[in-house]
Amino acid sequence: MSTLTLFKGVRHWKSGERITVAVEDGVIVPMPKRGHEHARVIEVAGAVLAPGLVDLHVHLREPGQSGKETIETGTRAAAAGGFTAVACMPNTVPVVDTPAWVEWVLHRAEGAAAARVYPIAAVTQGQKGEQLAPLQAMAKAGAVAFSDDGHPIASAAMMRRALEYARATGLPIVCHEEDPTLRADGVMNEGFTATRLGLRGIPNAAESVMCRRDADLAELTGARVHLAHVSTAQGFDALRDAKRRGVPVTGETCPHYWTLTDEAVGDYDTDAKMNPPLRSAEDRAACIAAIADGTIDCFATDHAPHTADEKARPFAEAPFGIVGLETALALTITHLVLPGHLTLARAIELWTDAPRRVFNLPEVDLEPGSTADLVLFDPDAQWAVEPELFFSKGRNTPFGGRTLHGRVLATMMGGRFTHLAPEIEFEHTLVLPAAETA
Amino acid sequence: MTMLIPALPSPAPTGAGIFSTRSHACDARHLLGLEGMPRDTLLALLEDAAHERAWLASGAPNRSDLAGCSVMLAFIEDSTRTRTSFEIAARRLGANALTFSAAASSLNKGETLLDTMKLFEAMGAQLLVLRHSMSGAAAYLARSMGATGVVNAGDGMHEHPTQGLLDLLTLQDAWGGEFRGRRLAIVGDVAHSRVARSAIAGLTTLGVSVTVCGPGTLMPADVEMLGCTVAPAVEDAMAGADAVMALRIQRERMEGGLLPSLVEYARVWGVTQERVALMKPEAVVMHPGPVNRGVELEASVADSPRSVILKQVANGVAVRCAVLKRCWSAWRDAA
Repeated sequence: MSTLTLFKGVRHWKSGERITVAVEDGVIVPMPKRGHEHARVIEVAGAVLAPGLVDLHVHLREPGQSGKETIETGTRAAAAGGFTAVACMPNTVPVVDTPAWVEWVLHRAEGAAAARVYPIAAVTQGQKGEQLAPLQAMAKAGAVAFSDDGHPIASAAMMRRALEYARATGLPIVCHEEDPTLRADGVMNEGFTATRLGLRGIPNAAESVMCRRDADLAELTGARVHLAHVSTAQGFDALRDAKRRGVPVTGETCPHYWTLTDEAVGDYDTDAKMNPPLRSAEDRAACIAAIADGTIDCFATDHAPHTADEKARPFAEAPFGIVGLETALALTITHLVLPGHLTLARAIELWTDAPRRVFNLPEVDLEPGSTADLVLFDPDAQWAVEPELFFSKGRNTPFGGRTLHGRVLATMMGGRFTHLAPEIEFEHTLVLPAAETA
Repeated sequence: MTMLIPALPSPAPTGAGIFSTRSHACDARHLLGLEGMPRDTLLALLEDAAHERAWLASGAPNRSDLAGCSVMLAFIEDSTRTRTSFEIAARRLGANALTFSAAASSLNKGETLLDTMKLFEAMGAQLLVLRHSMSGAAAYLARSMGATGVVNAGDGMHEHPTQGLLDLLTLQDAWGGEFRGRRLAIVGDVAHSRVARSAIAGLTTLGVSVTVCGPGTLMPADVEMLGCTVAPAVEDAMAGADAVMALRIQRERMEGGLLPSLVEYARVWGVTQERVALMKPEAVVMHPGPVNRGVELEASVADSPRSVILKQVANGVAVRCAVLKRCWSAWRDAA
């Protein structure tokens, strides 16, 4: 039995107009012309309706690291953050480097996921940078991109071969850009804070030399490169230059790079330890500029959950990574939209249409016929970040205690609610003809 | 699909901001570093250390200031002089000093540093003197343990505050008690030096100008933001200085590709008689030890009357007496 759901009098994410959107059987439908018995109506003044957010860069930790996160908890976190789709990285245990593991992730998601899960498969076997993984077969099995995320391919020759081979699939290679020799045993950004704390630094050039290398290799091979979590002024410049030259390179950045600087490490705070590390104030400004001028193609979170025990280790020993799914939208609104760097429509585009384009995922909009992957949020509502309330198993966030603007009210995937804020109440009613409800 | 309903976040922030409060750094049970230590505290510690030095030199019997206090000397990284110095200080003041050797410990059996240190706390150790190769190790334990006071005896490349204090005491003597208007040159591997960081922190607080110099590969990023100036050559740094501190060069710096050779280092950065002559006539030469003779210091400089290296060592025991007393007193106040 189908149920009609109405988002009544909400604001269109792009135009800001008051609209009413009807959903039935998992798709958006025209406003019914006649009464309907089982209608659920959501009406929240000022709430914005948009296509469900997409995160191209998450770590769901399955297979093998379910103490940190599972496909179920990670996608619940995604739903709570307004996401209806995530692309998950293959640096699991074991590495997703065979078609069987790609299928395993998809199968696992089918039963448990609260968001669409798009597997990213490894570029090289075991992410060791030595031998190609079966890219063609993994693409057929459902991989949407390839990445040795966390283990940058050190050899330029290997990278060249990977791009040449991947070109036939049409899928991008997602590059965690970091020269392993320049990074060495660095644990945070190279700069005053690292010097003050006596911690080994990772210079900006570790990122930018690899961005430039891979842009040149994309030019050489004609294959698509997507730069993951760009964090440095020089990295943004490399991306900008590549685009100017017409090289098939795209790039993403993450909320923590436009929100924080390496000062957040404070006194060895491991919740501010991630890779790439938080950078300088100049890099943060360059990040915002690259977002504003269109250099950045889309946003991503690099959601990287770890257990409390792991993060409770001394700084140098604690793992890199922070969770991000449940704070992403609010950090975007609070730190990009409210200060006037972006319009709300553009900010939402960078979490919706833009990442769908980058990975060539099915389009979603608010018109009849579209899949009902939707998020309803209140851009003005304030809330305090309480990591202990996260759906993610990971509590490792540097934003705990912050008050942010922008609260997700409801997330719908394929017509079903995957997240609903407790204050949302349905009005069950007999639906009136379109003319009277609009 | 089940409906996923979250608890409503409460409207008020939890108060746990992104910056840690550093409350432990202000807690006198601990001595984690000299960064941020107020001038008055520094001067009080130096004054007390000077008293203790006179008492130590008098050969008077052990006292009982630390009676009832168990001091665990946990040297997870090798050290002879610092460990011995702490041990003498603790015993002279009547503490029950125990040495923990990492080599024979369960740290090699997969137990975490924190779990191991908690054992000592459970056994009744009130003060923990920690030497560890990891920056932030002392702050980490201070934050993670219960009541135990933590004294940083050197944490990676971060700080070595009792070394810093003994350097301050040595300079106070050499400069007739007046810090303001003086200038210290620090030469060598600043990047990897906890000694340099503690010295810069303490001395700048007391109004001393600090000039650092060394090979570009051994200068940390944005070092001038620590409050010092950077000189291009050792001659520039030492000209007119009131003291020079040569830092130890570790042999692994050559293997890491940071230095071509010790011979080249000695030629370009070594503190030679000729370079010492560039300083003020009464200026002194310091080194945290152990000295690579003929590398950081010309042998004749190390043995010259300008060298205060052994005074530094003697001051180390006095400073550690003062520090242990301060931490123990704060521990008892908190108990």
